[in-house]
Amino acid sequence: MDLVYTQAQQTFRTEVRKWLTAHVPSGRLPSFDTAEGFEAHRQWERTLAKGNWGMVTWPTEFGGRGCNLIEWLIFEEEYYRAGAPLRVNQNGIFLLGPTLMEYGTPEQKARFIPAMASGDEIWAQGWSEPNAGSDMAAIRCRADRDGDEFVINGQKIWSTRAVYADWVFGLFRTDPDSSRHHGLSKLLVPLNSEGVTVRPIPQLNGLPGFAEIFFDDVRVPAFNLLGGEGEGWRIAMATAGFERGLMLRSPARFQQACKRLVQLYRENGSDVINPQIESAVVRCYMDAEAYALSTYQTASKLCSGGTIGAEASCNKIFWSEMDLLIHETAMDLLGARAEIEPQTAAEFAELGAWLDGFMFAQSGPIYAGTNEIQRNIIAERVLGMPRK
Amino acid sequence: MNFTFTQDQLDFQDAIASMLRSEVTADAVRGRWATTAGVDERFLSQVHELGLNSMLVPEALGGLGLGVTDFILLAEACGEVALPEPVVESVMVSTPLLVDILDQGLGNADIQKVVDGVLAGDLRVSLGHAINPCINYADSADWFLVSEGDGIYLVPKEAISLKIRKSVDPSRRLFSVSFDPRDHVRVADGDVGARLQRSTLNRGALANAAQLVGLSKGMLDQSVRYTTDREQFGRAIGANQAVKHLLADVAVQVEYAKPVVYRAAYTVGVSPNRADFAVSHAKSAAARAALMASRHCTQVHGAMGYTWECDLQIWTKRAWALAREWGDEGFHNNRIHEWLLRKDALLGPEFTFGRGSITDLEKAS
Repeated sequence: MDLVYTQAQQTFRTEVRKWLTAHVPSGRLPSFDTAEGFEAHRQWERTLAKGNWGMVTWPTEFGGRGCNLIEWLIFEEEYYRAGAPLRVNQNGIFLLGPTLMEYGTPEQKARFIPAMASGDEIWAQGWSEPNAGSDMAAIRCRADRDGDEFVINGQKIWSTRAVYADWVFGLFRTDPDSSRHHGLSKLLVPLNSEGVTVRPIPQLNGLPGFAEIFFDDVRVPAFNLLGGEGEGWRIAMATAGFERGLMLRSPARFQQACKRLVQLYRENGSDVINPQIESAVVRCYMDAEAYALSTYQTASKLCSGGTIGAEASCNKIFWSEMDLLIHETAMDLLGARAEIEPQTAAEFAELGAWLDGFMFAQSGPIYAGTNEIQRNIIAERVLGMPRK
Repeated sequence: MNFTFTQDQLDFQDAIASMLRSEVTADAVRGRWATTAGVDERFLSQVHELGLNSMLVPEALGGLGLGVTDFILLAEACGEVALPEPVVESVMVSTPLLVDILDQGLGNADIQKVVDGVLAGDLRVSLGHAINPCINYADSADWFLVSEGDGIYLVPKEAISLKIRKSVDPSRRLFSVSFDPRDHVRVADGDVGARLQRSTLNRGALANAAQLVGLSKGMLDQSVRYTTDREQFGRAIGANQAVKHLLADVAVQVEYAKPVVYRAAYTVGVSPNRADFAVSHAKSAAARAALMASRHCTQVHGAMGYTWECDLQIWTKRAWALAREWGDEGFHNNRIHEWLLRKDALLGPEFTFGRGSITDLEKAS
């Protein structure tokens, strides 16, 4: 155990900080769930890509820097410290990208990864269906093979970023006689294809952060099949999934929020005796740091050739409930001012960020597998409790 | 940056944990309850032969010269079986204080004799600290390290008077002690004494934090077994989501307490005096996990969980005690709160490790 950054890691941090200081746009960008904000965020992705900072863990041939996970954590710490914009292409770079690198053919990698890295193609995800939410194996949306094409019919729902995105990836039933997790395949579909209808769904904040997608005889080339036909479930559940889970919410995001929370507390609460708020602020700070420590531990294990342990199954519950507590505490500190939507730029930067974060935190325990499903997984697969 | 244990450290933990599981069964613990002293002398000599007593003593003083991160997993393993004997306290808290005193050229004529006796397995030292009202297993100690004001005193058992205070946990043997703080038994005073008391508090809180993580794991294991075996409505009660979720919640808390405890062990190893933040975080997180484990694990045992017969009490009662000894959650949260409000507090994601090293970076950039 050696909890000191090496000289090389310190140098890397300095380099990241220097670049971010010079390039991060000043002020918060408008939400990427508006047309204007989406383009502003796409522009930021292009800026990142030009500096080769888009995905530091990717190999250099794909515009990355071949960084290991510790360096990735350092990058993220600096990224959130600099107040850089959220990643509009996170479905692509964090979820699809690693899968493409593992299962894609050289031709598929060449076709999709550079455009993803450059921000030219932003991805939406298409897992859930009206009758396949927590029970994802109940997917019915069909993709029938027709020569060197697939013909897609059916519906996806809760497709994040689908309103403005260029492409969607998801699981489709390619074997009509199959059931459950058999006969599913992973397909990549351009959202401007003929027969695709995207119906925006306004989220709690009124903005269309997700959508329903209707597929009506949508034809995609077989080239867009990722992995083998019928192997979709296995690919979706693959071990790489753990690493993606690790990267989905980097600890720095919450640590930076806690730093702001402590500042808010110093400005608004620390002179008033309110033991509940005091205790919540302390709890948030500790939990964010615990999440960082756990992630460093996992990253170290992976870097030294080990495998991920039980902590991977626990992380979604931990960060999503921590995120709620952070933002609930901020709302408590703001008191009756908390409900007021921002008008001025200054309010947008500070109050607006807390209110948006609070609203978004409500979704954390729901998306990417509800926390109830996560608790079942921990009980059954980590603790070994009986399924029935 | 490498936040992993070495294979040697993991192997040693495995070996000690399996020894503990076979030696310190629930029946064996109940056997100790029936005795006056409450300790198993044969077991204690086994511990000595394994070299645990000298693990953290520098080689120059005749010890093995290992560090806190070498021992922390063993402390966890002791907690996992709810070991009654105060082995962890002795290895992690009282012996390091003796070493500090000796190292800094403090102490009196007795100190070397006491350290040698501990290393030889002939002497036992109990430790008192102002934050705790009582001393555990004071009746089997030969020497006492006790404090009064900023002073630290090394006192032979003949000069100490003990009064039994029965603990809710039958595995603990508490005593309140009184002694005459005379000059000739004082080994440290003033700033030095205060500093040593502060490192002792940090070591004590860390020792409990590690044991609390182990206790939580022990409670969780029993509860998984019980809810898998016990049937109602024609199926295992553990198949119910309401039961699963109670235990999953504990698993999450334990999983996230562990790295916090390991970071504290590393920090105490580097400088026990400057480990307040890391230790308080560890104690708070481990106490929270263990108290939740006690509550939820009692609940899933149903009425059995409220009986004397059910072995779970061996773990829950220890958790109740250790969660509050060496500073409860409130005490440790307050230390963190104080730090968060300091003007020079280094806040933010870049300061998870080595708070302070970033200042060099600022200069460089």
